[in-house]
Amino acid sequence: MPKVPLWDLPELPQNHLPPHLQLQKTRVSCNNDAPTNTESIIYSGAYAAMGVDNSLRLGEFRKNFKVNVMKLNEEDMEFDLIGIDASIANAFRRILISELPTMAIEKVLVANSSSVVQDEVLAHRLGLIPIKVDPRLFEYMSENDVPNEKNTIVFKLHFKCERKSGERRTVYSHDLEWLPFGSEYVLRTENSSDSTSKPKTYTSFNSSQETLPEFSNNPISVTPGIIISKLGPGQEIELEAHAVKGVGKTHAKWSPVATAWYRMLSEVVLLQDIEDEDAQKLVNKCPVNVFDIEDMGKGVKRATVARPRDCTLCRECIREPGWEEKVALRRVKDHFIFTIESTGALPPEVLFTEAVKILEDKCERVITELS
Amino acid sequence: MEHGSYQDRSASTFSLADEDHTLANSLRFTLNQDPRVTVCGYSIPHPSEARVNIRVQTTGDPANEVLKDSCQDLMMICQHVRSTFDLAVADFKNNKGSGSE
Repeated sequence: MPKVPLWDLPELPQNHLPPHLQLQKTRVSCNNDAPTNTESIIYSGAYAAMGVDNSLRLGEFRKNFKVNVMKLNEEDMEFDLIGIDASIANAFRRILISELPTMAIEKVLVANSSSVVQDEVLAHRLGLIPIKVDPRLFEYMSENDVPNEKNTIVFKLHFKCERKSGERRTVYSHDLEWLPFGSEYVLRTENSSDSTSKPKTYTSFNSSQETLPEFSNNPISVTPGIIISKLGPGQEIELEAHAVKGVGKTHAKWSPVATAWYRMLSEVVLLQDIEDEDAQKLVNKCPVNVFDIEDMGKGVKRATVARPRDCTLCRECIREPGWEEKVALRRVKDHFIFTIESTGALPPEVLFTEAVKILEDKCERVITELS
Repeated sequence: MEHGSYQDRSASTFSLADEDHTLANSLRFTLNQDPRVTVCGYSIPHPSEARVNIRVQTTGDPANEVLKDSCQDLMMICQHVRSTFDLAVADFKNNKGSGSE
């Protein structure tokens, strides 16, 4: 850059940062040795000395905030959150993983298990099976609650491998059978003299869950096809599994997502024109094929950045000496590529809106406790 | 939830039970964006205790009012995120429906 006397510099527009500070504020620079400017500058008076206001203006936020859905099906979702701070995006991610409730098997009553899988291992495997049911239709079961139709789902598993068959059989998750009337196992009591009354079981359902409008036409099921155990000839498993509502921070089996993560959008900038031989070199360097070659006419070939979104920031393109001056790798600090993989209880877009609601509830709780 | 404060109402530490980085870090962001705040930060005193302490020092306004406003700001942000997200999802579903026809 040529030297310009201070008094010849153009006046900066009001409330705008000079370009180098704007770059530091909005981008992470991924240099050859280490990334720099990784922090987010959130203090409202950070640029007060230059007369630039860095405070939160909701109007500004509303104008700049954007959501682009890239991919959406029953299980996965990928979308861009643009114009939001990392702290809030991270809050959504944390809530998705550990604070959204689902139903999962918590108690297993084993009547008979002669398979080689130990009871506790079997119970743990059952616990991890995702149950396809909307957890919002159920209540939490606290310590003193009795299991009833509002807080418990009961499944039965009875599977036997006949001795005659001589073959091993596999027990799958879809062999679990939903019991809408609750447990079938009778609770042993001391005064079982009055044989007239209905025998007490491990659950006290007042009505069948099938009578609820939500389940009348779609019975509760689990994700099919998961191997629970394998039985040899003559072996048998007979058990009942009770599922209750819980959250992922108690145990990962209650997490509604296989995982949820985000990455910042990568930005690849060519600082100078890269032509001919160098252009071909650059294209060959990139393992994920970010660059393309454009024909400029007159036999000149110039490298272009065609797919910056694919860049994994492996930094292979700037590893060799001299290339760092030609290519700049950056991350956009307020552009998050968010991915949610649901386990099947709720579709991913519902999971995200529920997560946002939970953060709102947390704020409301603080407000009510302060006033 | 406790409220530790002195005679001076402009500086307080708020101790939130059953909360973690999820809320505290988001609140730290909204608090820092408030021009009335001079210093704010949070800490989790012990990892096995579900509790965060949020420190707020202001230019003069009562700290609890400022924290309340920050919570309000965060709620507004959430509401806007939710409505924008719902719109984007509805848009995507509509376009996909028409695209396959």
